[in-house]
This record gives sequence, structure tokens and C-alpha cells, in this order.
Amino acid sequence: MDRHVVAKVEDVPPGGRKLVTVRGRPIAVFNLQGEFFAIGDKCPHESGSLCQGRIVGLAEADLPGEYRLSRQGEFVKCPWHGWEFDIRTGQSWCDPTGTRVRAYDAHVEPGAEIAKGPYVAETFKVTVEDEYVVINL
Amino acid sequence: MSTVTAERKPQAAARQKLTVIDCDIHPGFSTPDEIYPFLPERWREHVKTFGGHYRQAFADTLSHPRMAPEVSRADSWPPKGPPGSDLAFMRAQHLDGNNVEYGMLMPLNRGPGNQRNLGYGAALATAVNDWQIAKWVTPEPRLNASIVVTQEDPEAAIAEIESRADDRRFAQIMLPPRSLEPLGRKRYWPIYEAAVAANRPLALHVGGINGYPATASGYPSYYIEEQHTNVQGMQALVTSLVLEGVFERFPKLKVVLVEGGIAWMPALKWRLDKHYKRLKAEVPHLKRLPSEYIHDHIWLTTQPLDEPDVDSDLAEIFEQVGCDRIMFSTDYPHWDFDDPKFVLGKLALSHEKQQAIFSGNAKALYGLK
Repeated sequence: MDRHVVAKVEDVPPGGRKLVTVRGRPIAVFNLQGEFFAIGDKCPHESGSLCQGRIVGLAEADLPGEYRLSRQGEFVKCPWHGWEFDIRTGQSWCDPTGTRVRAYDAHVEPGAEIAKGPYVAETFKVTVEDEYVVINL
Repeated sequence: MSTVTAERKPQAAARQKLTVIDCDIHPGFSTPDEIYPFLPERWREHVKTFGGHYRQAFADTLSHPRMAPEVSRADSWPPKGPPGSDLAFMRAQHLDGNNVEYGMLMPLNRGPGNQRNLGYGAALATAVNDWQIAKWVTPEPRLNASIVVTQEDPEAAIAEIESRADDRRFAQIMLPPRSLEPLGRKRYWPIYEAAVAANRPLALHVGGINGYPATASGYPSYYIEEQHTNVQGMQALVTSLVLEGVFERFPKLKVVLVEGGIAWMPALKWRLDKHYKRLKAEVPHLKRLPSEYIHDHIWLTTQPLDEPDVDSDLAEIFEQVGCDRIMFSTDYPHWDFDDPKFVLGKLALSHEKQQAIFSGNAKALYGLK
């Protein structure tokens, strides 16, 4: 398993996302209030790019007429048919038992730590002063 | 915690290059006034001063919010303008991206057939038809135009059909299935006569604003509910066309139902045949079983694909409908777009039948090479 440096932390602000490619796989990286998560970019339904989807919460109801909005900002909705996926786990909300996208281990490492290597940086130079999003794959 | 039992893999890409004819592409205006240069001065002034006028409250609105801005895929917005309005972007994302050999334009723009001012509706239909040629078909010959007509003004509709009849860039005639009366009614027959004379199929794309609720029991509360009225509406439409005797009167008329679903068709045929056998004295103008008229005269498009859990269920239904009567469509750029590779993965049919659905049937119907 290699450490892939995929973004500078400052390039993916809270609520933001970035599409990266690791070992040929398109992966969507999300920043949820400072915490980073990564899931496969292709929706398992018809392959829409999840990275281009809206970030939403869940509208839930125990009974008709009783509604609540929960987990705001923790789901991404496929830009095509609106299937929702839990950004933390890749689990599908609309078909939880039959469908999920793969979740990858994403975390932040300081440049100084990365510089000790070994690592793979796709498109940019790592400097010790900055912090980076790293995916293990 | 997660109860996931399986990780479903994305549909495997087709082994060989899949080329398709897309029977439902929606072209858009880059700006709302893009149509003005195509309107005569009299109607340009009219629309600037008074705007459009549908049979529902509030000008230029939809009866339900529809899932996504501009009803479209979130990734279909070109650098400038709304989805479907930029040919270069449409080419890259869809026509080239999905190997579209031919595409049928289904312009819903400003709904000429829905306009209460019939004169404006007719002028708008002519303008939309000229606009399709100028903006889309001339620079991109893979695209075929539809002759948009105003079904509530048959005289104007006939004039429009006749003026386009010699122009093969127009593949079909388009009117909304939600008309003032069911489309089987005699008031619309002059349009069908002109369609047969022009040797063009009718394309009936779901929708139309006729002022009536979309269901037989009132207005739906939800968009998801309204989506299902497309199926009910198409069933009512087919029933009307058959029982009024349209196909007896116009044996060469061909009708394409666009975006209305497919799986309901066998059940409708069974039921109509059963009732016809008992009640034929009421409709003595019919000489054949309803299911025979349906098979000989009606084509259906795939999108939004019915998605049963088991693919073979879909194949069985398609066989019952007739794989020679089903044509592939995407609805690009709308949000419920179907990707051709996905549809291919769902069609548990022979290669020949897949080919017929993806392009052969449309080539035969529209006379495409």
C-alpha cells in the first residue's frame, strides 16, 4: 500500500471536494468540516461522477407530516439520478443493502512528515511548510 | 453500522464500440430571447410585451419543481448558458462521448402547442423549427429536427407540416400528448392526414400543459407522483388513438411515444383486447384487435428505462412489446438521462435485438442510412 499525496489541504476547503486519480481510479475527495474523506467517483448505478454532485443532508420522517433534516452536508447526491451516498463510508442511502461505492482511507499529513517518504505525489511538489491530503492505496 | 452485503460493480463497458441513435435530445436556448430573431416583428413585440400564456397559473412556470435546476444533469452545464444550449459542449459530452450516430431533437422550448394565443403559438412553432435548423442541424448533421406544431390549431399545424415536408432534415412531427382533448378525437385528424401525406411519424413526448390535472383524480402532490402520471397519460393516449379509430382511418400513420415508459404496454394490450371482444358493438369502426393496431402503429422509447431487479424480467417485457418497436433514447441533458452502456448492460436480449433497439428500428422508421 502506497501513500498518495493528492491535494494541498488549502486547495480543498471545508465543504469542498476534488476529483483525483490514484492508480488509474477516479476518486472524489471531500472535506467535511476539516476532516477528509475519499470515495470512488463513479456512481454504481450508471457511472455519473459523484464529485460533481450536490452535497446534501437527509430528509427523514417517521410519520407523514413529521419531517426532520439531519446530517447536513454529509451526503453527496449523484449529479444524474440523485442517488445519495454517505461521504464517510460510501454507503448508498437509496439502496443500502445492494449498493455502495468504495471508501478510501484519506487523512492529512504535514509536509515535513511526507518528505521523509516514500510517497507518490501526482501533480505538485511537496513542501515541508504545508499540509497535504494523503490517500493510502 | 453498515449492512452492505455486496459491492455492486459499475456496468462493464461494452466490449465493442456501441453506436446509438438517440431518439430524445433536448436542445436549449442559450438565453431566453434567443428565439426572437426567428419570430416575425409582430410576434416579437407581442412576446416582449405580453410574454407566453399557458393554461395554468403563473407565466412560464412548471407545475412541479423537477429534481434539478433546468431539470438537468448537474454535470451538463456548459461554460456559458443552460444545459443543452451549447453544441460544442453537447458534442463532446454526448454526441461524441456516447457515439451517437443520429439524434432526434425534441424541442420543448416555450411550448408552442401549449400557448393559449393560437397565433403566437403558430409563430413560435415556425420559429422553433427554423431555429432547430439554424442552430443545430446545419452545423451538426447527425441531429434531426422535429416539426413542432400547434395541435389546437390544425390549420396552422398543417401549413407548418406542408412547408417542411420536402426538407428531410425534419424527421418527424412533434406535438404534446397532453392536449385539450385526447389526441384520438376527430378535431386532430387533419393533422394526422397531413402527417401521412408528409410521410412522417408523430413524436409524442410526455408533457403538455392543457389545464387539466395530470391524473384522473386530481393534481399530484409530489414530483415523483407527477412522474408516474406520464405512464397513465400515455395509456390514456394510446387507448384514445386506438378506440377512436385513428389507425383504421389512417393505416399509414406511425406514432412514437417518447419518455412514457414501456413495461405497461403488454398489460394495456391484454385489457383492451379483452374488453374489445365484449364491447365491440360500441366501436364497430374497429376491424382488428386493439393490440394489433398498437403493434402496427406505435413505437416506444427506452428512457427512463424500467429497472426491475432481475434483468430477464425486462427482456421478457420487451419481447412482449416487440423488440422491433422499441427505440433507444437518453433524454440528454435532463437529469434522468440513461447512459447507453448502462442500458446495454440491462438488455438481456440477443445481439440482433440489441442492435435493433439501439439503432436498427430508428433507422427503419425514419429512413436513415
